[in-house]
Amino acid sequence: MDDLLREFLTETNESLDVVDVELVRFEQDPNNAAILGNIFRLVHTIKGTCGFLGLPRLEALAHAAETLMGKYRDGSPVTEQGVTMILQTIDRLKEILGDLEGAGAEPEGEDGDLISQLEEMSMAADTAPAAAPVAQKAPPPVAAPEPAVERTLRPGEVSLDELERAFRETEAEVAVAPLPEVAAPSVVPEAPKVEAKKPAARPAKAVAAGGDDEIEGVKGQQTLRVNVDTLEQLMTMVSELVLTRNQLLEIVRRHEDSEFKVPLQRLSNVTAELQDGVMKTRMQPIGNAWQKLPRIVRDLGNELGKQIDLDMHGAETELDRQVLDLIKDPLTHMVRNSADHGLEGTEQRRLAGKPEKGTIKLSAYHEGGHIVIAISDDGRGLNTDRIKKKILEQNLATEAELEKMTEAQIHKYIFAPGFSTAAAVTSVSGRGVGMDVVRTNIDQIGGTIDLKSVPGEGTTVTIKIPLTLAIVSALIVESAGDRFAVPQLSVIELVRAQQNSEHRIERIKDTPVLRLRNKLLPLVHLRQLLGIAGGEPLDETAGFIVVTQVGSQTFGIVVDQVFHTEEIVVKPMSSKLRHITMFSGTTILGDGSVIMIIDPNGIASAIGTDVSTEASEKEADSRRGNERQLISMLVFRAGSREQKAVPLSLVTRLEEVAVDKIEQAHGRHLVQYRGALMPLVSVSGFMELRSEGSQPLLVFSDSGRSMGLVVDEIVDIVEDALNIEVSADVPGLLGSAVIKGQATEILDIGHYLPLAFEDWFKRKEMRIEALTRKLLFVDDSPFFRNMLTPVLKAAGYDVVTAAGGSEGLDILKGGDRFDVVVSDIEMPEMNGFEFAEAMRSDKRFATTPVIALSSLTNPAAIERARVAGFHDYVAKFDRQGLIAALKETSNEIAQAA
Amino acid sequence: MQTTSDDVTEYVTVLIGGQLFGLPISRVQDVFMPDRLTRVPLSHPDIAGVLNLRGRIVTAIDMRIRLGIPREKDAKPAMAVGIESRGESYGLLIDSVGEVLKLSPDSREKNPINLDVRWARVSAGVHRLDGQLMVILDVDSVLAMGGEQLAA
Repeated sequence: MDDLLREFLTETNESLDVVDVELVRFEQDPNNAAILGNIFRLVHTIKGTCGFLGLPRLEALAHAAETLMGKYRDGSPVTEQGVTMILQTIDRLKEILGDLEGAGAEPEGEDGDLISQLEEMSMAADTAPAAAPVAQKAPPPVAAPEPAVERTLRPGEVSLDELERAFRETEAEVAVAPLPEVAAPSVVPEAPKVEAKKPAARPAKAVAAGGDDEIEGVKGQQTLRVNVDTLEQLMTMVSELVLTRNQLLEIVRRHEDSEFKVPLQRLSNVTAELQDGVMKTRMQPIGNAWQKLPRIVRDLGNELGKQIDLDMHGAETELDRQVLDLIKDPLTHMVRNSADHGLEGTEQRRLAGKPEKGTIKLSAYHEGGHIVIAISDDGRGLNTDRIKKKILEQNLATEAELEKMTEAQIHKYIFAPGFSTAAAVTSVSGRGVGMDVVRTNIDQIGGTIDLKSVPGEGTTVTIKIPLTLAIVSALIVESAGDRFAVPQLSVIELVRAQQNSEHRIERIKDTPVLRLRNKLLPLVHLRQLLGIAGGEPLDETAGFIVVTQVGSQTFGIVVDQVFHTEEIVVKPMSSKLRHITMFSGTTILGDGSVIMIIDPNGIASAIGTDVSTEASEKEADSRRGNERQLISMLVFRAGSREQKAVPLSLVTRLEEVAVDKIEQAHGRHLVQYRGALMPLVSVSGFMELRSEGSQPLLVFSDSGRSMGLVVDEIVDIVEDALNIEVSADVPGLLGSAVIKGQATEILDIGHYLPLAFEDWFKRKEMRIEALTRKLLFVDDSPFFRNMLTPVLKAAGYDVVTAAGGSEGLDILKGGDRFDVVVSDIEMPEMNGFEFAEAMRSDKRFATTPVIALSSLTNPAAIERARVAGFHDYVAKFDRQGLIAALKETSNEIAQAA
Repeated sequence: MQTTSDDVTEYVTVLIGGQLFGLPISRVQDVFMPDRLTRVPLSHPDIAGVLNLRGRIVTAIDMRIRLGIPREKDAKPAMAVGIESRGESYGLLIDSVGEVLKLSPDSREKNPINLDVRWARVSAGVHRLDGQLMVILDVDSVLAMGGEQLAA
């Protein structure tokens, strides 16, 4: 493709985008000659250039559209069909341009349909009063398929189109006069058109000079098209330059009297300016992302039979193009949603006493280092009841859970995957892909999304996103000998806390707090939160406090040292580290070392001390109720400084044995315990025993066999809500959870049992071979599935697990015969009661005993379980009770048989 | 991986805890001295940390821990093998790097069934060499660990 064609393509595509927007404006304001003049001019330019480049299809289409517009300009009444026709033509033009871009040549095809319709409309428009040169309008069909004629003009001759273009582009009136004379002989019939244009072109120009800076901007400003890749490359290089500069600054900082100081200062300033400049090249007005919206809204309005006004504010607000690209689709989607679901039909609006025309308002403005975008409509607001129904239908929450939620919390479910409340699936929306994608996109760029809805008054979605993702200003801090970067944006102030000073760290039970201007600020020690050790020992009362704000939540992060602020280049974290919510990225410091960037959002949700509305809403969002139940955990340390924990219910005893009692045999550590040899297992795999004194052990027993897990120290027994972030594939680890404000690893005891006795599971199965019974264990929580499966296996059952009621039913229906089923009660989708009822209603499983496993142990729940058909009801942490209940049911069966 | 017609594979050999391992040379980007490793709190225990290698951030994996070989007292990992996977850079911390061997599939065998699970997981077989055995490291399996699901 030659440069000329490429330039033509970019230019034309841009012009067409403008035409799109302008046409919609024009339709609403048909008397605005300025808009029409603008459109006319653009289409005409396209037509002219097409003729010049030898693109007959494009030219014919543009010409037909131009003719119709000419009619409007001459005063014919503007019709909706007419505008729709022109818009369709624009679409066709875009299509052809697309092919042209791909193939380098105009695609084969016939546009007779559109052209003849356009002509019909032109004819119809002619009958309107202002249509003066009726007779002359016949030629277009001839002119359209005949661009070749214009192309083959003899050298020195100029086509009429070219002349027209030249005429309009030459601002001077003088040039106009001789031109028609030259052109007239060759194409006589069209001459009047040229004449007619003269008066019209002038007002258009006047307006262009007055207010239409879009047009004026293109012409008046010196602009240059630069490939996006070039800009990206430039940005990368500037990032590197910033890093190098930081490096140099770091070196000079160490040498007091350096002759480099002054030139380096200069270099630093220049770098900062360069960085600024390059960032600016990446900045684009958000209006670019909005450009297509008026057309979309108009088409939607026609399709849905609604009258919609799109009101846009702050289109000039600038943001990084990388961010812009990422929010383009979510924005479009949300506007579609507002038009489709938000706004009522005309009739309904009238009944509700609202203006017939619905309004969708888009606004954007800067706030701190963020850009805030709000999309609001004055429609019916979210239908809470319908959302509730949908939540129940999709089993995203139980009725009981819904009862406790506020409206705002319920509304947030529209961001759940696959959620759509539209009663009917229209071509516009309602396919249930959307709001979750919107949220994912926004999350990805570190933005937040908020929703407000008032029934009958409308819905407002507010998005807050960072202006740029590439370079941020960060505060470098140190904790336990490691440095971290805290994004400056969320830091409010720094406070130095010292013993005996005004600011000192106080404690309420174990919770550190700081009195700051007559308010209590919750504190969190970074080293504890991250589970790191090293450097200076923790000083309980002193330290630097980074006062941080996340949303409405304010808290202090206690660090050992605060260094300086630095412009850091954010580098994405490795996929292996991305699950750590405390960090948002990595960066390279001036001295070349890599440090982690703290994510204040992650810290805020980890401490959760200040139960602000936002935090509690977030918690309600986490779908599973039982993960919030209090669980007694035994917290200990073993192998490393990180806290570890196991559910207390699984631990048989805590023991301390004298180190000299630990023996070795066959490369394993053993200890005599209650008359038998008990194998010892370590968490890390390397046995690190104390050299003297006594060694603490956690003893896990089952059916007369015991295993000792070697630990360094037992820290505490805490009762806490356990919210495990299950990390995959880590042997021996179920995941990490924050227990009492500290990151804690939750051990998978099921992993260690076979390390002690390789046949731990096999043994039982062998012994009771004839009795081996198949057990189906249904629980939605991976934590409990992992935790109880070994227990059940150890009790001699062949365990199959299912992550939910429906999966359980599928397994049952799959044909395997199960001797007993153990099911959790509180599960999403299908709860335990429903599951039991479903089992009962199927003849094949009607007699299979089912045991309920639940933390709800009130009489009502037990009665409900009995009605649903459960044979027994066991509290979730009652391991012994579960085994006993299983034994009992199997005895019953044995007796019955 | 196949460099010549008779299916000879070239391996970069490394020593980890006294055992010879081989990495297919096509997967090895470079060999470097790990310098200034930054530990990452809360990360997978096998991840030794992150480091800066000529402006790139490399995630270092401690092969001794990955293979369950106890670390010698105060012995810092001397070398690292740089590999790339899905656009990300990783460094496998090892004891030392040996020569490049051209091996034909004749001497290659499957993992012995009684191999330690931690080894079997990351091994793609064993080559019988003169005087010693070389375990083939399957780079993708070495990298397959925690965090994958979350990233996907």
